[in-house]
Amino acid sequence: MSEEVLAILIMWSFIFVYSIFGSIDFGAGFWAMVYNNHKTMAGKIANRFLSPTWEITNTFLVLLVVAFVGFFPKGAYTLGTVMLVPVSLILFFLAIRSAFMVFSYSVQGYRKTMFFISGISGLLIPSLLIAVLPISQGGFISVDGETQSLLLGKLFSSPTLYLYVLFGLTSELYLSSLFLADYSRVSNREDAYRLYRGNAILLGPLTLLSALFTLIFMAPEAGWLVDNLMGQKIWFILSLISFCIAYASLWWPKQNRPGIGRPRFTLLATVLQYGLASVGYGLAHLPYIVYPDLTIYEAFTTTETFYSLMIMYIVGLAILTPGFYVFWRLFLKDKRYLQQD
Amino acid sequence: MDTVVLARAFFGTSLGFHIIFATLGVGLPLMIVIAEIIHQVKGDNDYAIMAKRWTKAFAVLLGVAIPSGTIVGVQLSLLWPGFMEIVGKVISLPFQIEIFAFFLEALFMSIYVYAADRLPRYFRLISVFFVAFGAVASAILITAVNTWMNTPDGFKIKPDGTIYDVHPWDAFFNPSFVSSAFHVAITAYMTGAFAVASVAAFKLLKKRSDRERAYHLKGLFMSLVVAFTMSFVSALSGHHSAQILHQHSPEKLAAAEGLFETQRYAPLAIGGYTDPKTEEVKYGIEIPWALSWLAAGKFDTEVKGLYEFPRETWPPFYVHTLFNLMVGIGTLLLGLAGIALLYWWFFIKNRGRPFPKWLLWSLVLSGPLSMLCIEFGWVFSCSGRQPWTIYRVQTTAEAATRNENLGMLFLLFLLLYALLSVLTVLILTAYFKRNPVSKDMDKLYG
Ligand code: HDD
Ligand code: HEM
Ligand code: HEM
Repeated sequence: MSEEVLAILIMWSFIFVYSIFGSIDFGAGFWAMVYNNHKTMAGKIANRFLSPTWEITNTFLVLLVVAFVGFFPKGAYTLGTVMLVPVSLILFFLAIRSAFMVFSYSVQGYRKTMFFISGISGLLIPSLLIAVLPISQGGFISVDGETQSLLLGKLFSSPTLYLYVLFGLTSELYLSSLFLADYSRVSNREDAYRLYRGNAILLGPLTLLSALFTLIFMAPEAGWLVDNLMGQKIWFILSLISFCIAYASLWWPKQNRPGIGRPRFTLLATVLQYGLASVGYGLAHLPYIVYPDLTIYEAFTTTETFYSLMIMYIVGLAILTPGFYVFWRLFLKDKRYLQQD
Repeated sequence: MDTVVLARAFFGTSLGFHIIFATLGVGLPLMIVIAEIIHQVKGDNDYAIMAKRWTKAFAVLLGVAIPSGTIVGVQLSLLWPGFMEIVGKVISLPFQIEIFAFFLEALFMSIYVYAADRLPRYFRLISVFFVAFGAVASAILITAVNTWMNTPDGFKIKPDGTIYDVHPWDAFFNPSFVSSAFHVAITAYMTGAFAVASVAAFKLLKKRSDRERAYHLKGLFMSLVVAFTMSFVSALSGHHSAQILHQHSPEKLAAAEGLFETQRYAPLAIGGYTDPKTEEVKYGIEIPWALSWLAAGKFDTEVKGLYEFPRETWPPFYVHTLFNLMVGIGTLLLGLAGIALLYWWFFIKNRGRPFPKWLLWSLVLSGPLSMLCIEFGWVFSCSGRQPWTIYRVQTTAEAATRNENLGMLFLLFLLLYALLSVLTVLILTAYFKRNPVSKDMDKLYG
């Protein structure tokens, strides 16, 4: 495997992990708003998960940016130039959301405002984030000598953008419903569990439909991508099978006890489903970071930097893993935290 | 305004905003660690209350430190894409390690705040320790990038811009790294301590019950000891930083001192401003020979003046004022902390007299002044590098984005920073009004 491919593989895994955790994080914000004061405590459960975790998820977002600059500096140059406006908007909403998240924990009076803000930004931020995908497919960047710029008008009038956004949002809500269903079950709140399960049942097929529409209506500029995607059929078929199994497991009987569904299994199988699909998508996208001007080979960093970064990743992960383990025990497993009231 | 100027103003504002919260994010955890340790050693519950209350404030401040940090981190790529392209090839290592420091801090901060009641005591201490460690580590790591911009090292560049022969660790440990990183960490501790001293002094200005007075006196004394020590060390380390300037960035030192002619037995100009017309420092006090001595420890050291360098590469003249303000306020604060400690020793410890009003009021100002020092120091360091972004490698104009949309965004972020500042103040006052010290004490002592 060449160094460039290894680097994009690492990048891909970071992006994948973030897209799962980010979906759950922003989705939980949205559900906490919707079920604020709901009798099942569904909102409270979402918030209980969110309070200690959003910082970590945010740090992951920063990791994405930093890893990208380190591995593909030329890519950072292109995307940094082109994405000024959309990314600044993301930063703006992110800042407001984070600040209110912390403030509401300190002063009860701001709870309502904070639920509203984190709920709305839980839809806005992912929509803006996913705009990177249609942009990277080409057709929305004009090159004028040395200067590149984003064709904002063309982007916003393109159906591709909106279909991607639709796909992103349904996926976000589907994944977060599944996660919160599982979290509710671990917290012994069967009523909240049923609520989130119901959402998932509704959203699952919608994610498939929107993915299909995105593919069908993909802008003519992205013909290259459609062709390549067809070449990766096998991944998408596997992904579809995963989806079916995951979706079916929402009706499997609970182990040893009466009750319906195995949320932990459903969640893992769904993550697998997205994993398989994004391997297919990623392979089809290679070697382009931004079509047609920027490939991973042109954007790659210097070899020395690459290897020193690799060593740091190994050392860093070794140091952090125990910390993550303690964290998981305390907030995702400890019954004293999960079943507070 | 043209795009480059706008980008500089935009980025400087974002950093100037982030640094307030970031500095307290480094300084307060140290105070919390010390309070936790004193509490565990002495068994005095007042210190546990202090640790708890400071943590509360720290958590709120972190709520701004993290998003504002995320903003500057991403804005580097948005506003300075040309710069980040070189950074990515040469000095992405500290950024990368910094992420691990962020994770460490964020993990243990959540654990300390949301799980404190479920943890054994020793684990609480471990968690704060990691929070403090993560915070100072992230400050040191980001400083590594900044020092590399001032004294770039660890790579070669061809005239066409191709970068080769890269040594990431040499770039990391560039000539000014150790001295600046140390200065940054120490001044952050100093500022955290003065911030605590400010609040304690303010609380002592009003009439309080004996119990509360004792509590605030303990906090004041503890913070004064830390502040005094750190001020002293930061003056020494600042002096060392200046010597590094003498060796590696002579233009910057010359601009800081308003020195135009290269000379031995160079005088030190204190105060005044650099007049661009006559090219000399006006209304300053000159101490003969002092600059040569400070620069390298000998009176006959030759100090380079600005005429030595092409005019296009002169830093702006106002850095002289910034430098003087940093050093001046630093010296003042060292004196203030010293006087307050002497006062405490003679009058309070031995004779039970209260602090006089004037001293308390001066102490109230110490925290904001220390923070100003940080701002001046950074603007000095970044502006003093102009017109270079990477010293003698890349100019600021080459680094900057060509995007024309900056104006509106700048305005939007100015609003954001104003909003966040107002909210922070509101939240902190609302919380501490509703939860006065007396309430925490009643809970603990009944
Ligand atoms: C409380 C804050 C504070 C105080 C009291 C001082 N400094 Fe400072 N100084 C900083 C806060 C700071 C800083 C904000 O942390 C800087 C900006 C960049 C850096 O590396 O540290 C800095 C930079 C900085 C530099 C420039 C380094 C560079 O650009 O490469 C020099 C030469 C000094 N300092 C010298 C001093 C001296 C001689 C002081 C004597 C009292 C002093 N500082 C007190
Ligand atoms: C010397 C000046 C600086 C100091 C002392 C400092 C320190 C800090 C601290 C203490 C935090 C909170 C850490 C956490 O809990 O996660 C923070 C956050 C952050 N800082 Fe700064 N910082 C400085 C300058 C910068 C600069 C120039 C950048 C941009 C390159 C930057 C990028 C960030 C980022 C991205 C975060 C958010 C991390 C997260 O999501 O957890 N900082 N900084
Ligand atoms: C946190 C405290 C800091 C403050 C208040 C600050 C302030 C400023 C200001 C005012 C400018 C504009 C300079 C001018 O145009 O005259 C600037 C530029 C810049 N600073 Fe800093 N700075 C800080 C720390 C850092 C750090 C730690 C880094 C390292 C990553 C950094 C990187 C830059 C870059 C890349 C520029 C733009 C290019 C340039 O003007 O040279 N700054 N900063």
